[in-house]
Amino acid sequence: MERVVITGSGIHSCIGESLEVVRDSLFKGKSGIVLDQERKDFGFRSGLTGAVREPDLKKELSRRERIGMSEQAKYAYLSTVQALEQAGIDQDHLDKNEIGILFGNDSSARAVMEAVDTIREKKDTTLVGSGSIFQSMNCTVSMNLSTIFKLKGINFTISGACASGSHAIGIGFLLIQQGLQECIVCGGAQEVNKYAFGNFDGIGAFSIREDEPTKASRPFDRDRDGLIPSGGAATIIIESLSSAKKRGAKILGEIVGYGFSSNGEHISNPNKDGQLRSLKRALDQSGGDAKIVDYVNAHATSTPVGDSFEAQALYEVFGSHNTPISSTKSMTGHECWMAGASEIVYGLIMMEHGFVAPNINFENPDENSVKLNIFANSKELPINCFLSNSFGFGGTNSTLIVKKFVS
Amino acid sequence: MSKEEMIEKINGFLIEEFEVDASVIKPEASLQETLDLDSLDYVDLVVVIESNFGFKVKGEDFIGLETFQDFYDYIEERELAKA
Repeated sequence: MERVVITGSGIHSCIGESLEVVRDSLFKGKSGIVLDQERKDFGFRSGLTGAVREPDLKKELSRRERIGMSEQAKYAYLSTVQALEQAGIDQDHLDKNEIGILFGNDSSARAVMEAVDTIREKKDTTLVGSGSIFQSMNCTVSMNLSTIFKLKGINFTISGACASGSHAIGIGFLLIQQGLQECIVCGGAQEVNKYAFGNFDGIGAFSIREDEPTKASRPFDRDRDGLIPSGGAATIIIESLSSAKKRGAKILGEIVGYGFSSNGEHISNPNKDGQLRSLKRALDQSGGDAKIVDYVNAHATSTPVGDSFEAQALYEVFGSHNTPISSTKSMTGHECWMAGASEIVYGLIMMEHGFVAPNINFENPDENSVKLNIFANSKELPINCFLSNSFGFGGTNSTLIVKKFVS
Repeated sequence: MSKEEMIEKINGFLIEEFEVDASVIKPEASLQETLDLDSLDYVDLVVVIESNFGFKVKGEDFIGLETFQDFYDYIEERELAKA
């Protein structure tokens, strides 16, 4: 089987729009969470959100290229440009090779809402314009980027709730491992507009610590009261080792495990068993021993129930190794469909620069998190291997393990 | 609105929507070639006409509208019909 390596990464998030800025934010424990009054006025229970800048791509792309792009497709364009640049892949290489794209995305609410509003007002479907359909479809990111970058390999979107980005990388990993593709643009994207999160807010999942926005996301902390919605996009370029070597590319890491499972129970409540099966499947692929993992970037979103189950699962697997753990969602909020991909980018940054990003706002543990080695402050520490968990509604679980490349 | 004002208004939204330089718009120039219109772009042309003049253009109405002058004349005709 082919070894699968990562040769490029890019990020557009609430803690930075470049690898360098995000590195500093991660090290300093900088929060990207704000209170958005527009959400309160719109009827949200919580106005907390990650603050992500929506770019104007008029200088970068033609009208036809831009007109079908949803908010999250714009984010993904920027993260993908960064990732391709870091990988040393130019348009000529994309034109001459069968490069694929697999992106995680699970909604495109604003485009759908705007189209329906127009049709209701005008009583005429034509008046939504030609770009609406391409903004509205769930595959809006892979559809737009495959067209812009003229990609000729595999091309679709993976929708697995808050594990979408992680599954996209995992499926790409399997395809390359099997020799079916040589190089795939993988990632996750998440819209941040108010239409995207209204119904999520409606089930009471979000933190209402509105008087202290930067302290609201507190995974594993005893006083956590919910997640904070966030978004943006993250891209990694994965390819076979032979392809990377042939190109002379710098290798950022090697994917050595992709675990997946389904809880087989409740639509929103997680369970320990499903998470454990995903963790163990990933570890089995990478050699089976939990002690190879130097750092775990937990899924932990700051919800009372979700974090408890993950703490129990992590303790069962990593407890005897006292493995360093943090949740970068303490700074970014929950980047949802994007999170599984962005947290691989965050892990790559930490592995390259030798530090563990903090689980900010972890002030008092609860009865489960007290058993874990959670880093409340950033710490310089060599990382040769990290694990990233992503769990989603419907009981979908995904775990990725990335190691420093050793030939 | 005089015809000159109407032409100025039309040119303004065509320049903005289709992102072309004002200098390329000439009465005798080809509408389709100058604005580089494909089938999807005609949908957007329907949208900008409706938002600027308040009437809906059917796809088949574009048949025979070769030049900008044809387009101006068509819009004028529809505007006069409204009155």
